[in-house]
Amino acid sequence: MRIRTAGVVATLALALAATACGNDKAGDSTTTDPRSLTADLTWWDTSDPKNEGPAFQELVAKFNQTYPNVHIKYESVPFGEAQNKFKTAAAAKSGAPDILRAEVAWVPEFASLGYLYALDGSELLADESDFFATPMSSNKFNGKTYGVPQVTDSLALLYNKKIFSDAGITAAPKTWAEVKTAAATIKGKTGKDGLFINAGGYFLLPFIYGEGGDLVDASAKKIVVNSSQNVAGVTIAQDLVRSGAAVKPPANDSYGTMMTLFKEQKVAMIINGPWEVNNVKGAPSFGGLDNLGIAAVPSGSAKAGSPVGGHNYVIWSQMPQAKAAAAIAFIKFMSSAESQAFLAEKLGLLPTRKSAYDLPAVKNSAIISAFKPVIDAAVARPWIPEGGQFFGPLDQMATEVLVQNKDPKASLDTVAGKYKAEVVPSYAS
Amino acid sequence: MRLRRFWDRYWYAWAMVAPVVAVLAVLIFYPLGRGIWLSFTNLTEANQLEEICTRSITGEEDCQPNPNAYEFVGVDNYIHVLRGDVGEFWQWFGVTLIWTFACVVCHYLIGLGLATMLNRRLRGRGLYRVLLILPWAVPAFVSAFAWRFMFNERFGLFNVVLSGIGLDPVAWFADWRTSLLTAILTNVWLGVPFMMVALLGGMQTIPAELYEAAEIDGATPWQRFVNVTLPGLRSVSTTVILLGTIWTFNLFSVIYLVNAGAPAGQSEILVTGAFRAAFQGIRNYSLASTYGVLILSILLVYSVFYRRALRKHGEVW
Repeated sequence: MRIRTAGVVATLALALAATACGNDKAGDSTTTDPRSLTADLTWWDTSDPKNEGPAFQELVAKFNQTYPNVHIKYESVPFGEAQNKFKTAAAAKSGAPDILRAEVAWVPEFASLGYLYALDGSELLADESDFFATPMSSNKFNGKTYGVPQVTDSLALLYNKKIFSDAGITAAPKTWAEVKTAAATIKGKTGKDGLFINAGGYFLLPFIYGEGGDLVDASAKKIVVNSSQNVAGVTIAQDLVRSGAAVKPPANDSYGTMMTLFKEQKVAMIINGPWEVNNVKGAPSFGGLDNLGIAAVPSGSAKAGSPVGGHNYVIWSQMPQAKAAAAIAFIKFMSSAESQAFLAEKLGLLPTRKSAYDLPAVKNSAIISAFKPVIDAAVARPWIPEGGQFFGPLDQMATEVLVQNKDPKASLDTVAGKYKAEVVPSYAS
Repeated sequence: MRLRRFWDRYWYAWAMVAPVVAVLAVLIFYPLGRGIWLSFTNLTEANQLEEICTRSITGEEDCQPNPNAYEFVGVDNYIHVLRGDVGEFWQWFGVTLIWTFACVVCHYLIGLGLATMLNRRLRGRGLYRVLLILPWAVPAFVSAFAWRFMFNERFGLFNVVLSGIGLDPVAWFADWRTSLLTAILTNVWLGVPFMMVALLGGMQTIPAELYEAAEIDGATPWQRFVNVTLPGLRSVSTTVILLGTIWTFNLFSVIYLVNAGAPAGQSEILVTGAFRAAFQGIRNYSLASTYGVLILSILLVYSVFYRRALRKHGEVW
């Protein structure tokens, strides 16, 4: 290990001292005048520009009330493109944003490539224990911390209250077997479809976790995606489709179809996360939040588990160090309990700070209190650089099993083979 | 001495081509050579750096030599790809052949039919020509999305019409054959204008005297078409078919946007499959180059055989 403390760093340290955010006295910057901070920062926001973007821009405006001389260049980048766009720019060492809203699985990958600043020792991690451990864990790579959680999310059972009452169902189903019965009742009494399972790998994770399975065992370096638990879990999902309890999803644009059917009240239950709450709320055909029921993901034979998702704030490693103080101030503001409460109230996004849940705006939010137990039971994904590559083969498996009705065991074996050949060759299978 | 005389006599010619050689070297030969070289390494995004530096927000920078920096691996990439350890080369290749053949045949035949119809005097010919060019003028991704939506299984036009006339809706993307069909239909719609324009141009160069002579000899319209129009179009046809084949073989956008390889990657063609294999997650530059070299070789072999076949028929090309 070689520590590079060149002259550059010495000058940088001087610059830092000038902005009073020294190496080890992180707490000092709170005492300086916020007006003295001057910087231009680019922020790539990957949230939905229509549903979520305006709230984030409002937060930026609030930040500028305190820090009028830190100019935030807000750029909305489509979520689907941001990962590749950032990597291309970061590899070329030009054009990447100073600050990025990164999905949880991206952080270990970016960090392993040296694209992110390690934030250890900065003010941002001073109150690390206030963040929930599972979302925070996605920022850790090789013993260092590379980001701060912005929002967390997890899959839940979203249901249409009106269809439930029309069918005479009083409580949300708690197990997959109950889901099946409820779907049959709904179909019989209202003629509507009971459930839609999106044919995507991520959306099958609750079934896999429910039986106690996982994709890989990162600590033992072993591929366990074709374990008997996973086969059992995926078989449950397949059975729901095969028996007619769940709609047979299309092989192309399954997710969009799911959302359209749910918003038009043609299907009673879906498995999805809090990021769609605002979308459902705004749909004229749905009937607003009053009609939206949220319950924990149904459990399998082992437990109820759903994958943790969400987004983190990260800083690009090629951002000039002179801007560090401003970047820290910005992220600190954006991830503060008050800002998280603001987003929770506006958009129904789930705060990552424990203290945010004590604020009235969060406490009184029906959506948040509905999602809170979901978050408590969320399962951390394996945070390894290859984490993002798990879902390509898994998506194919989901289509094969749910749409084409193939044997779950055979499909999962294929996935295991692909993980070994293409994703984590060093793991045992 | 001879060399000297050679140089004295031709130096200006070399000076004239020098800029072209330089431009070709920079724009074509260097990238091509580098691509071929990369296919013999195991370069990926993760191992491209000799050392990975972790900068800390507090000022230090910690650089460590990359534990698995990239290296020369010989033909390993080719073996992995061709043996099917990585990706589904042979499946994609088969789909690519079906896709290319179906698209080019439909392009050519429909293009020829439309060109023949438009190559005569009729009312509003200008309007028809403009309308038939339209698919070409719309950005390909716009029409691709429009077609994808028309094939949507729940809300798309085709299934709505099918249920409207009492038939069962088709799950277009649930089977690779119907899924590929959606992409082929889209691409036929997109590609016919080019063929039509090229063939129409070719038809207008055929001297009218030939048709008159044929008519005087008592040739039927069909005989005129087969014995005058088709031979007259030959040089244009061979060129546009070769171009069409190469373009369709490498046509990324339609498969990627219309059916996205559905279901489960079974209707992926070589270029889209290679893209997914090499650019999802940590990017695999060496694997991408391997696919690139393989696709280039396939098309080179095809072009050579195509030319040979033409030469046998006495075509100078």
